[in-house]
Parts: sequence; structure tokens; C-alpha cells
Amino acid sequence: MSGKGWIGKLKAGLGKSTSRMTQGLTNLFTKRKLDEDALEELEELLITSDMGLPVAAKLVKELKRQRFGQDVSPEDVKAVLAEEIAVIVATVAKPLELKPQRKPQVVLVVGVNGAGKTTTIGKMAQFYKEQGLSVTLVAGDTFRAAAVEQLKVWGERAHCPVVSGPANGDAAGLAFDALTKAQRDGTDLLFIDTAGRLHNKSDLMAELQKVIRVIKKVDADAPHDVLLVLDATVGQNAHAQVATFLEMVQISGLVLTKLDGTARGGVLVALAEKFALPVHAIGIGEGAGDLRPFDARDYARSLVGLE
Amino acid sequence: MFQSLSDRLTKVFGKLTGRGALTETDVTEALREVRVALLEADVALPVVKDFIAKVKDRAVGQDVLRSITPGQMVVKIVHDELVAVLGGAEGVAAGLDLQAVPPVPVLMVGLQGSGKTTTSAKLAVRLKADRKKVLLASLDVYRPAAQQQLEILAGQAQVGSLPIVAGEMPVAIAKRAMDVGRREGYDVVILDTAGRLHIDQELMAEVAAVRDAVNPHETLLVADAMTGQDAVVLAREFNEKVGVTGIVLTRVDGDSRGGAALSMRQVTGRPIKYLGLGEKLDALEVFHPDRLAGRILGMGDVVSLVEKAMSTFEQDEAEKLAKRIQKGKFDLEDMLTQLKQVEKMGDLKGIVAMLPGLGKMGDQLKNANIDNKAMGRQKAIILSMTIKERRNPDLIKASRKRRIAAGSGTDVQDVNKLLKQFQQMADVMKKASKLGVKGFARHGLGGLMPPGMGGGRFGR
Repeated sequence: MSGKGWIGKLKAGLGKSTSRMTQGLTNLFTKRKLDEDALEELEELLITSDMGLPVAAKLVKELKRQRFGQDVSPEDVKAVLAEEIAVIVATVAKPLELKPQRKPQVVLVVGVNGAGKTTTIGKMAQFYKEQGLSVTLVAGDTFRAAAVEQLKVWGERAHCPVVSGPANGDAAGLAFDALTKAQRDGTDLLFIDTAGRLHNKSDLMAELQKVIRVIKKVDADAPHDVLLVLDATVGQNAHAQVATFLEMVQISGLVLTKLDGTARGGVLVALAEKFALPVHAIGIGEGAGDLRPFDARDYARSLVGLE
Repeated sequence: MFQSLSDRLTKVFGKLTGRGALTETDVTEALREVRVALLEADVALPVVKDFIAKVKDRAVGQDVLRSITPGQMVVKIVHDELVAVLGGAEGVAAGLDLQAVPPVPVLMVGLQGSGKTTTSAKLAVRLKADRKKVLLASLDVYRPAAQQQLEILAGQAQVGSLPIVAGEMPVAIAKRAMDVGRREGYDVVILDTAGRLHIDQELMAEVAAVRDAVNPHETLLVADAMTGQDAVVLAREFNEKVGVTGIVLTRVDGDSRGGAALSMRQVTGRPIKYLGLGEKLDALEVFHPDRLAGRILGMGDVVSLVEKAMSTFEQDEAEKLAKRIQKGKFDLEDMLTQLKQVEKMGDLKGIVAMLPGLGKMGDQLKNANIDNKAMGRQKAIILSMTIKERRNPDLIKASRKRRIAAGSGTDVQDVNKLLKQFQQMADVMKKASKLGVKGFARHGLGGLMPPGMGGGRFGR
């Protein structure tokens, strides 16, 4: 699972994205004393990774404590930074915990529009199916046009049954039926897709709460996991998304998508600090195999451009 | 979306306005907070730096130091600069340029999940309203069911949809779309492309090939208002590799601070043409830089509100109402009409966000839970009254209240609450009638809204 392929791909992905930041760091610290000006520029470079001001300031402070006034090389700076980042994110690097005693383990997948929920479920289905588990998908996005069809394609690819209802149908009722059937069939994993919703729309959030209420009528412990899918290109609004989804539907973990290249995904560091929610996986491509477990050290080192 | 940035700047300049004179140190301090606010709003760092430098140049001059209310002066400078970055001084709403030989090709590009397909359909609805014959074609052969998605949306929008041919590649689809467009007399052909990362050379080359094949008159970059620092890079890349003629900012109805708008505008020099404000197909609005800058500063988007109200309110109804108000008459029938009209204008929260003076109430608003359902209940209560009761609310005493509550599925308390709101509204109307029609217009919809309508506390 954590073979050469995935590290290489993450590096290639993050490498592309971090090259600018890395370049910046290199320019900044070649033959240079670490003074206040240098520290300020460093803070700004961290900000451009969407890390946010507080975390950037904290990292810079740590760097100052360790190296202020010394002649520093880019390698030194990167090493200190990577260490600090790894410490922060190491606590949240936890794969989705499988609960084999649950038949099924119910995983509800939520997020704002366009975050990549359906694609993430498709990839997860494939992954767990390959591990020999029985997986069923529930096309709970009854709102967006062709969302059901999209999930069905993923279901075919992964050879998983997809439970779906009519367009604009009741997602909660669909989840209820799917869970009842999955219990009967002894399915291992039940992934429930949901329509994308902006977290500030209280009516849509209430709809999501209803899905959970209804699921609980079948299994009081379900959903066993509520995954928030976050787009890595999103900036500081990620904080509001996590806070609101946490409050409204008690999300239990995160999946960060679209880390393949563009965004630096620095916001994840800030999220780890603030919410300490497990990061189960990252999405680094559009292929079925492009969902990977989140590895703190690799992420941190890739983020600052270290091999 | 920009509410939070407004809050921040309001706080910063609240401090400034509290003082008589303004020193250079004050300006520097204030601008440091503006810088933080802009960064927190996801405005890209280079854009922030540029912006701060320009404002500082102008603020630390004599204008500010000599002016009577220095805080206001700085607000104005920040505002002007925001307008300049967002849209240039012209501030003209720039819709699509369709001055070309039909069918006019419009190319939609952007990252995965930015909202291209939905925006394509929204655009089609908008153009259809302008009596254009629109053909939608999806070139997204990668995301499962993406083509079906656009086909379904085309059906909802009641515009043409290019028949899907399995296995056909994007350039071929684009050419076929243009052929069909020519043959069947379409005015506009909207080409929805697959989402792609701007660093994906292969896919960027593909979309460039599509561009070369159809020579689009407009190429719109669709970007999420929640985009972070990378906005500046993605906008530059798409502009350099594909050539962008305009930007559509989506999910503006979210609570992101939307700094991406500033970044992308600055870096491409292309206008922001539309804002996506909801999931419904009519939730697409023309972008007004001056208004948005005003909104950023907490001034409210009054102009947009008035325009929206104008297009939705039936003119004769509005006139009738105005006449009645002028005469000092306002009964529950009028309130019902109003409720219906407000409902038509869409999400109440969207309207509240446009009202001036509410920028500071962000938190309250969040907790207020303004609920369009509450309006439905209020309508039900009024509809459960007899015409006589509506015309003369004084008739409604205890037993009538019980009947109305039973009829509307509410309880007597709700009926009382509604009657109280009606009374407050009627009082406002009386005041409005004294102000005359002009004053009425100036006070806008705020005055028309009953306090606490929909259970919210924003009316006061």
C-alpha cells in the first residue's frame, strides 16, 4: 500500500506544487544570516502554501528559536520546517479504522460541492474491494444531475453494488433501505454518498442531520465514520468547513483531495493543529488507485521540498 | 461571502474613525491589519503586497492627515483601490460579448469541481432569457457521467444539448458541436470542458487544441470563490496556456471571504463576468466591481438588491402597494403579497446579505437561523383568515385566533406573533407614507421587512 509507487507519485505531485515554495526558500537562505527580514519573508512563503498566519508564525518562531543569527543553508531551514510540520501532522495520520464486527461499517461521506466526494468513494470502494471486503455504495446525492450515474460507473469499475433511488428522491430513506439490506446481506462496508452542500446553508445541513437520524433507526451506532472530503485548493475557508461539519454532523475524519500538484495543501497543517481530526487519506489523481493513506513524514518533507 | 473581510475592516476602521487626527503610524498600523485580513481572506500574497503599497502611498499623504474624518478617508482609499483591482474604474457590468458570427462559441475551463457544468447550464438559462438559441456540449470524456450531467441540465434549462457519442474525443466533439450549431441555427454554443489541473501539461494542451479547433469568442475561467493562495497561479496558467476572456466566480453564496476574486482579477487583467450564487439554474449574477468593493467594506450591496427586487416584483403589484402605503393603508392582504414577493426573490439570507448596515451582524445572522419555512408558516396563517379578517385585523380575537391556528396548523402564539409583526410593519408603512415615495425607495426593502420576519432578529 505504501510502496514505491505512491511515494513517488506524491513527490511528483507535491513536488510540482512545492517547487515554487522550495525555490523561494532556496533563494531566501543561500549565503544568508537568519535575521528578522529573512524570518518575515519565510513567514510569507509559508502563507502562500495556504498554511494560514497562525501556523506560519508558529513555525517561524520555532525556527527563530533554533537558528536565529546563525548562517543557515536552505537545507537547514527545510529540515527544521519539515520536522515541525511532521510533528504537527503526525498525530492525525490515521487510516480509516476497519471495524469487522460491524456488518456493515457505515461510512457517510460529506462535503461542499465539487470537493470530490463521489470520486473519493469510487476510489475507496476499489481499494477495500481489493482487500477482499464486500462493499456497497449508496448514491445519496439525489440532487445533482447524473451524480447517481457517476457513482454507478465507479461501482462497475470496482464490482460493487450501487443502491440508488429516483432523482430528487429522499436521501435519508434511500440510506435506510440500503443499510437494512446491507445488514441482511452481511456487507462489510457501506459507503453513503451525499449531495454537496455549502456548510453555511442550514437547511441543507439539517437535511444531512436527518440522514444520520434515519440511519440510527437501523443501527444506533451508525454512521461509524463520517468523512469530510476537502479540496486541497481551498484556502482558509477550510477552517469554516471543518468547524461547521464537525458541529452539525460530527465528522470523524478528513480526506484531502486534489493534492496532485496545484495546491500545496498547507491548510492541512493548520487543520491538524486546530481540530486534530484524523486524516484518513489523500487524493493525488483521478485514477482508481490515486487515493492514498496520509503519511505525515512524507507529506511534511514533500511540502518543503526535501527528498 | 465577503462578510468576514467586511467585519475585519470595519473593526480596523472603527478604531480609526474614533480619532481626530491620523498619524503615519496609525495608517501603518491599520494597513497591517488590512494585510492580515486580506491574507485571511485568501487574497494571494503578491496581490496583497501590491494593494497595501498602493493604499499606503495614498493614505500617508496630506489627504488623510488634513481631512476632517481621517477614518472615512482611509476607508475611501481602500474602497477605491479595491474597485480598481476588482474591475477598473469603469465599473461597468460586463456580460458575455456575443458580437460575432453565430453560432458564437463559448469555452468553459477550470479545475475539477469548480462548477463548470452547472455554470454552463446557468449561462444557457441566462442567454435563453435574452432570446438566444443555446446549444450545450460537454467535452468532459473523463469524469464518469459528466456528459449525462450536462444533458440533464440542458433538459432542465430547456436548451439544446449535443447528442452524446460514446468514445468521441474532445476536439471532435467541439467540431461536431459547431457543425450542429451552424446547421441548426444556434446563436451560442457553450463548450463545457473536463476539469483539469493547470499544471497538467497534457490536458492543458488538449484544451488548447479545442481552442484552436473552434476559436472561441469567449473563454471563461470558472473558479471557486473558496480557492486559496493558488488562485493567482491557476489564473495565470489558464490565461497563458488557453487564453481567458473572463472569470466566473462560483459558490459566492458560501461564507468564504473570496479573496480569490481579487487575486485572479489582478493577475489576469480579465474581468470577473458572473457570480454563481446558488444551486438553482437562475442563481447566476452579473458582477459589479464597485458594488462588491462596497460589500467588502461593509457598505452592503444596495444596488444589486434593488435590481433584484425590481426584476422580481411585479411592477403593477408594487405600484398598487406603493399607492396604498401612500394613503397610509396596509393590511394583512398586503403583507401576504409582500411575503410572496420576498419568497420569489429567493433565499432570504441572500437578500439580507445585500442589505447595508448588516455587515456587523454576521454572527447574529448566523445564529438567527433565518428560515424560509417560517415565511411559509406566516403565509399559511394569513391564508387561514377570512378576507374580512385580513382587511380588518382588529376583528381577530381569541376564538378567531384559535380557528386560524387550527386552520394553518400552527398555534395561537404563532398567530399572535404574526399579528404583532404585522402591527410593526404597519407602523413602518405609516412612517414610509410620511416620507413619500422617494423616501420609501431610499429606505429600501429594509423598511418593508417586518422585524423578526422568519424568526430572525435582523429586522431591527
